[in-house]
Amino acid sequence: MSQTTLPQPPSPIVELADVAVSFDVGGGRRLTALENVDLAIGGGEVVALIGPNGSGKSTLLRVVAGLLPADRGRALFQGGAITGPDPRIGLVFQEPRLLPWRTTAANVAYPLELAGVPTSERAARTEAVLHTVGLADAAARIPSQLSGGMRQRAALARSLALEPELLLLDEPFSAVDELTRERLNLELLEIAARRHATVLVVTHSVHEAIFLADRVVVLSPRPGRVVADIAVALPRPRSLADLDASVVGATAQAIRSHLREAAA
Amino acid sequence: MTAVRATRGSRVLRDIAPLLAGAAAIVAWRALIALGNYPPYILPAPEQVLGRFVSAWADGTIAPHATRTLVEVVLGFGLGAGLALIIGYALARLPLAERVLSPYIVAAQATPILALAPLLALWFGPGILAKVVICALIVFFPVAISTMVGIRAVDARLLELARSLRATRRQVVLTLEIPAALPSIFGGLRVGVTLAVVGAIVGEWAGADRGLGLLVNLARGSLFDTPLLFATLLTIALLGVGLYGLVVVFERNLVRPR
Repeated sequence: MSQTTLPQPPSPIVELADVAVSFDVGGGRRLTALENVDLAIGGGEVVALIGPNGSGKSTLLRVVAGLLPADRGRALFQGGAITGPDPRIGLVFQEPRLLPWRTTAANVAYPLELAGVPTSERAARTEAVLHTVGLADAAARIPSQLSGGMRQRAALARSLALEPELLLLDEPFSAVDELTRERLNLELLEIAARRHATVLVVTHSVHEAIFLADRVVVLSPRPGRVVADIAVALPRPRSLADLDASVVGATAQAIRSHLREAAA
Repeated sequence: MTAVRATRGSRVLRDIAPLLAGAAAIVAWRALIALGNYPPYILPAPEQVLGRFVSAWADGTIAPHATRTLVEVVLGFGLGAGLALIIGYALARLPLAERVLSPYIVAAQATPILALAPLLALWFGPGILAKVVICALIVFFPVAISTMVGIRAVDARLLELARSLRATRRQVVLTLEIPAALPSIFGGLRVGVTLAVVGAIVGEWAGADRGLGLLVNLARGSLFDTPLLFATLLTIALLGVGLYGLVVVFERNLVRPR
């Protein structure tokens, strides 16, 4: 016991224990999407979820978001069972999902409106969030007048409107070009750090996972199970230049080998 | 420069094209009379119709009938469209409602309103009620179907977004489903409002103490005033165009560009 004892980690924000999810695929058959999933995410952590198509990454995210009940096991958020969507959890989908008839500002204000935030308060909060994601100039534009990257920024702004403690992102920038994606990822990290938000992000890019996350959780092909939980030893704050560091290559190799093993 | 001028020229053409088409039809109408030498009680000349239109409005022949028809159309349209929005929503969202109601809604639509009108006149008398019911019946179908189609077409991903934001049923309807379905609903309202005018005229035709449909009958059958008949038809057409335009104005104000 010469090793220095690590400080006791604070109780996790998200805790999944033995979670299983299956879907009815008709004809009395069920498809098991997730099985025996254990995962704990601590406050302020950025965790990336990676795995092949059909490994249940999005399903796992939906369970945490309260959009999908687990068939078995425990799913906890801040110690309480997840029974449905929670205003303390922000969700960014794969597509922007903006209401096409609303301006950017009105889209970002949508969660505030639904939550019953008084009109007088809404404008200021919306403006602040739009400023955070760099969309202040596009507030009055409708989605069809925005570029793909701007739409996804608007979706991110909307998820931040209620000032969530946990941010869930489902391959959020997969539809935008590589350069835009890199910039958005960088901004995402800055925003999360500034707000001390916890982040769980689904990705299928090994490099994106490494760049974003403190830990990369690898899921096996269906039924999805956690096969590896790899720490990323890159200091924060990160910059795009960090992607050239040798630690990235080694981490990427470790993730890939787990992905290969799980697939075999 | 040339391109700009061409665009401006085509825009002017686009604006006056409907007027040109109308003018061409009137010229053809006038030419037909000149060539065929038809008497006014068969086909009055455009200037005769216009003259009778002006005089019949000036001496109060048309106005009370037009007012009655307008009231019937507005009430019937409001009633029919209002019910259709509710039923159309139910058809879209409640599978049982669709199974139970849709055969009867289609059957009711397939029954000619012309056949129902005398019966309704018999039940509700020559007053306003029978026409309001006919208008409502005839407006119901296109609005209910367009509402159903519009609500069903609401993007399931947006509904999931609303669910993730813990929207209540009422919030989903008001902030998501109705705005999303509005273009489709207005398609039904446009069809419905013109049909409502037809419904009122048919209803009056079957028995009325007042209304443009009655005036058509009077001008043709009792007064032998064919120019008045034409002036009444013109009034009916203008009523339809005006109400349609009103629906379009509402649409422009309510449906945001997307």
